[in-house]
Amino acid sequence: MTAPNHNWRQFKNRLMQVVTLTCAVLVVAPLILVFYHLVTEGFSSINLAFFTQLPKALGEKGGGMANAIVGTFILIGEAALVGVPIGVLGGVYLSEYGGSKFNWSVRFAADILNGVPSITWGVVVYGLMVIPMHTPSALAGGVVLGFMMIPLVMRTTEEVLQLVPGGYREASLALGISKWRTIVQIVIRTALKGIVTGVLLALARVAGETAPLLFTAFGNLGWAHSLKEPIAAMPLLIYNYAVSPYEDWHRQAWAGALILLLLVLCINIGVRFMTRDRFKSNI
Amino acid sequence: MAETQNNSAALNVKNLSVYFGKNHAVKNVSLDVAARAVTAIIGPSGCGKSTFLRALNRMHELNPEARMEGEIHLFGDDIYSRNVGSVTVRRRIGMVFQKSNPFPTMSIVENVTVGLRLNGIHNRKLLAERTEQTLRMAALWDEVKDRLHAPAISLSGGQQQRLCIARALAVEPEVLLMDEPASALDPLATSKIEDLIVQLKKNYTIVIVTHNMQQAARASDFTAFFYLGELIEFGPTTKIFTSPSQKRTEDYVTGRFG
Repeated sequence: MTAPNHNWRQFKNRLMQVVTLTCAVLVVAPLILVFYHLVTEGFSSINLAFFTQLPKALGEKGGGMANAIVGTFILIGEAALVGVPIGVLGGVYLSEYGGSKFNWSVRFAADILNGVPSITWGVVVYGLMVIPMHTPSALAGGVVLGFMMIPLVMRTTEEVLQLVPGGYREASLALGISKWRTIVQIVIRTALKGIVTGVLLALARVAGETAPLLFTAFGNLGWAHSLKEPIAAMPLLIYNYAVSPYEDWHRQAWAGALILLLLVLCINIGVRFMTRDRFKSNI
Repeated sequence: MAETQNNSAALNVKNLSVYFGKNHAVKNVSLDVAARAVTAIIGPSGCGKSTFLRALNRMHELNPEARMEGEIHLFGDDIYSRNVGSVTVRRRIGMVFQKSNPFPTMSIVENVTVGLRLNGIHNRKLLAERTEQTLRMAALWDEVKDRLHAPAISLSGGQQQRLCIARALAVEPEVLLMDEPASALDPLATSKIEDLIVQLKKNYTIVIVTHNMQQAARASDFTAFFYLGELIEFGPTTKIFTSPSQKRTEDYVTGRFG
């Protein structure tokens, strides 16, 4: 008792299953390929010197990326100092205060800014900071990454605050707790995991940016002795090494890329770890 | 100000109207809420009873469209006076909501003391005393005294609602407003809340909105019947339920409409 087109329908069903499975595999494949390639090409160059030594002079063998690794962490730290307070507080305003028209324009602006090519951010900060200071600097590099974080952090903060049920705000206000204390102690506290997740993902996103740093942080083959000097960053050094004609630098570029990927991976795993019990209690 | 004030009244509501944009939700309502008694507000859905309740501690102001006219005095003090803030009013007039809403990031004891702590009271002895006292008043102490530091959301629905009542009592309000506090609970939890209301009226003035006619009849001393934003009838509960003077009240309490 099979319907006349039973086989045909079963075939269509299988076909769709295979097509969607193929696409799903295609999503994962690049990550595996990139990771495999980075490990095979770069792993051999990762040693103690890689983390502790400065780059050697042109063409010389050995040396490491210590300055670039530290530089990237300094730039991320600066970016967080610029991007997190403005982004989080802006998101709080959008979610908890404000008229709908003004909020609509801010949201619209943030969404546009999220789509601005990163090189454009670099040009803007070049004009704002590098020209007046007459030099590229760690400061300018941190600021440009911070600017890029603001719209990202603002939108995710707003979204997670909106997920906090209105009943908690009402309950707090009905206890005679003022609005700002309600926002800080009840609303933000309830959504804290979500906000931290948004911040970490934004940091992971800007950690690997190269283009905006090209003429702001600029890169430095040695240590930067103050934030007003150009500073090395892993993406910049990887770029410079990769386009160089030296075999040893190529290997180091692979290793640097592997470390950078592992850093981003660690942040993402950290986020998963932090949000793993999200359905138990918090947002 | 004091011309028609009844000494036993906790709240004097005079010609209260509340609008949401163009919608006239509460129409020219005047009534006195007796102190240390339970006043029930009944009426069909959308009759303005919740809006009326929220106007009593200015919670309706959370809606930017809301606007009110008329006067409300709490023991003689104009709660809508220019120099009185909504925060001050809400410290004196607490509220319990339909859906229990203990703060999910806090433990049981933190929930009870949150109103005090966030208003700057950190004396440990006082907080501990108030915790036990209000949890006992809310008939929850015996059930939670061994796990005060457990997450508040680990409690059952009925326990959560009693925790919310304890939390509201901890800031020592003069009036407690309850917006259908038992409508999301099972019958057993409901009867516990009702017993609690009867206990609490020894010390507090309670105004309760309810959809449940039996609850109004069992737990309240006075009943106000609202219909389409108007106060149709207000009087002692026994009179409203046995010999109402308005036909609409009788139809509603006997279940002929609503």
